[in-house]
Amino acid sequence: MKYLHIRDARVIAPAQQLDDVCDLYLAEGQLRAIGEKPAGGTIESTLDAQGNWLVPGFIDLSSYLNEPGYTQRGTIASETRAAAAAGFSHVCAQPLTRPVADSPAVIQLMQDKASSAGYSRLLPLGALTQGLEGEQLANMVSLRNAGCIALSNARQPIKDSYVLRRLMEYAATYDILLFLSADDAALSNGGVMHEGPTATRLGLAGIPETAETIALAQILLLIEQTGVRAHISQISCARSVSMLREARQRGLQVSADVAIANLCYTDAQVNGYDSRYHLLPSLRSEADRQALLAAVNAGELAICSNHQPHEIVAKKAPFAESAAGMALYAPFIGLLLQRVNDGELTLNAALSALSTLPAATLGLHSGFAEGQRFNASLINPEQTDAYGRSGQVIATFVDGFKVYQQPS
Amino acid sequence: MTTDPSQLQLTADGRLKHFLTTEGLSRALLTEILDTADSFISTQERAVKKVPLLRGKTVVNLFFENSTRTRSTFELAATRLSADILNLDIQRSATAKGETLMDTLWNLEAMYSDMFVVRHADSGAAHFIAEQVTPNVAIINAGDGRHAHPTQAMLDMLTIRRHKHQIAGQIVAIVGDILHSRVARSQIHALLALGAAEVRVVGPATLLPKDIESLGAKAYYDLNLALRDCDVVIMLRLQKERMQNALLPSEGEFFKLYGLTTEKLALAKPDAIVMHPGPINRGVEIESAVADGPQSVILNQVSYGIAVRMAVMAMAMSGQQASQQAAQQPVEGDTE
Repeated sequence: MKYLHIRDARVIAPAQQLDDVCDLYLAEGQLRAIGEKPAGGTIESTLDAQGNWLVPGFIDLSSYLNEPGYTQRGTIASETRAAAAAGFSHVCAQPLTRPVADSPAVIQLMQDKASSAGYSRLLPLGALTQGLEGEQLANMVSLRNAGCIALSNARQPIKDSYVLRRLMEYAATYDILLFLSADDAALSNGGVMHEGPTATRLGLAGIPETAETIALAQILLLIEQTGVRAHISQISCARSVSMLREARQRGLQVSADVAIANLCYTDAQVNGYDSRYHLLPSLRSEADRQALLAAVNAGELAICSNHQPHEIVAKKAPFAESAAGMALYAPFIGLLLQRVNDGELTLNAALSALSTLPAATLGLHSGFAEGQRFNASLINPEQTDAYGRSGQVIATFVDGFKVYQQPS
Repeated sequence: MTTDPSQLQLTADGRLKHFLTTEGLSRALLTEILDTADSFISTQERAVKKVPLLRGKTVVNLFFENSTRTRSTFELAATRLSADILNLDIQRSATAKGETLMDTLWNLEAMYSDMFVVRHADSGAAHFIAEQVTPNVAIINAGDGRHAHPTQAMLDMLTIRRHKHQIAGQIVAIVGDILHSRVARSQIHALLALGAAEVRVVGPATLLPKDIESLGAKAYYDLNLALRDCDVVIMLRLQKERMQNALLPSEGEFFKLYGLTTEKLALAKPDAIVMHPGPINRGVEIESAVADGPQSVILNQVSYGIAVRMAVMAMAMSGQQASQQAAQQPVEGDTE
């Protein structure tokens, strides 16, 4: 047996309470040993990881890859490479494509593109409703059989609570996992940012907190009624955190995530009509941000990138007309470690929110157990990125293969 | 990358180079605008009304939203400053053909325009143009979404000053649809910077934006309370679509609660003045007897509009030129 030897890395795996400087031995895509080299076999190559962290591969619960249909913004190849460079071994791709990912053919195409590109592993999210129009159920079982890990409506509205109930019942019948976002379109009513002092000052239409919490209440009650396996995508309000907590205390099995941007920024960022911060969900108040950080520290929320690149011209417009979304892979590690370095997140909670928690939602393995497929990334916590923040990914491994190596 | 609107409109030495908002402008600068406008009022009364301040300059009126009245006052103001003026009613035509706002403006900039007067339905449109599209063209905001309508606010300030001699110490009530009003936001900033004792905003919760008090105004739901001790009452126009959008039950009920009648006006100070940015909905926000009564200064407001627009156009053009000259000066120690 020939081994890849990773030497002197600080190996951090929150799920296994592992945080130690040690050596790892990989062979045939699997982790074979932590610490001592297994008996027999030879070392084929050694990677000196002194001073670097080796962490479980991140699993992104929401990303917009834009292919097929919007390749002027990015392609599956370019965005899965960017994801690997941000430490993600797995990426859930939202079905907001053209045509919409509501048929096995589109799912197949996306998977083919991702595997021939060979960077992060693509986990397709199939459309929950046909054309993402929120009215007619998509062919859920066909999509699941085509390889969709879950179904999502990509933050597009579901027509009404009747459709929401029925699609949950149908998915529950076949044990299909749903990704649901909480946004009451009637209450959002054309809003483009958090309803608060900044929106009032700038004269921009606001999205009230209740647009999220009312929709969340409805979703939680229907999950309870239908018994569907569901995950709540990208909550943004403090109140949603406590609603989720109460639902779990009642015994409801429901996971949830927060977009990295909502952990880093508030609505004040929109001052000067900065269209880069035109995001969905909206950036909210500092109190909301603090509650979301606390929930991540308590292990209650996963973190996703909600990476959504746009062509420059789509962002160069008066705020309300600019496209919502931001490319987040390039600054991701820097933003994450900034939270850790500023004492807002513990390192364990941050890593767990990107590996253990999303893995549990999706039913995947995470962490470093001997005999398992090796998904990991090597991070240099000191190196600064293009934005001047500390933290850069040196290499990312997917199923034992190094799919990304930082250019020297 | 982006700059706060209040900073973007000033040169390094604090002069106006665009006029985007009244927010963040100093009392001294706002007073300078009013003083300059005052001096133009006297020229308006002469037989020959033109002054040569903008001779040889091209001003483009860019109205993405229709407004004959505002556009005409800008056109007259530019003409009286001796500028060449081009009127463009773009509305949705260019963008409907797939042209972006940036393309439209770059085309106009290529025609060597010196000033754009911009009206647009999106909040922040004038700011966006000044910052990211044509920074070397002076931008005058003639109304952007719900955000700002600074020339309207300054003509209101001029009106108050000419009737009350000063703005400092005045208690002002702004009544009606604050939520959708760019005029109200610009008035609040200007009044507070000029030292008004209190700015009250009055209306039902559906028409007062959340956190309006963060701008420094005080929210009132009861017009009778809000009018007490008032020196100035500003009535805003109520748009018909507010009834369809579940913000109000009817014009009738609105008038009962917030319409200004002779009886209610008696609650304000005896010498209080009544203003309205127009056009008036008689019987909806104001009774005819008040609109045409002795305390109304509504018509004067229109005549001051031209003087105020002349003042900001002249000041912004001069600031813009100064700032461009400064940018062309070689930096000390720069040998090339």
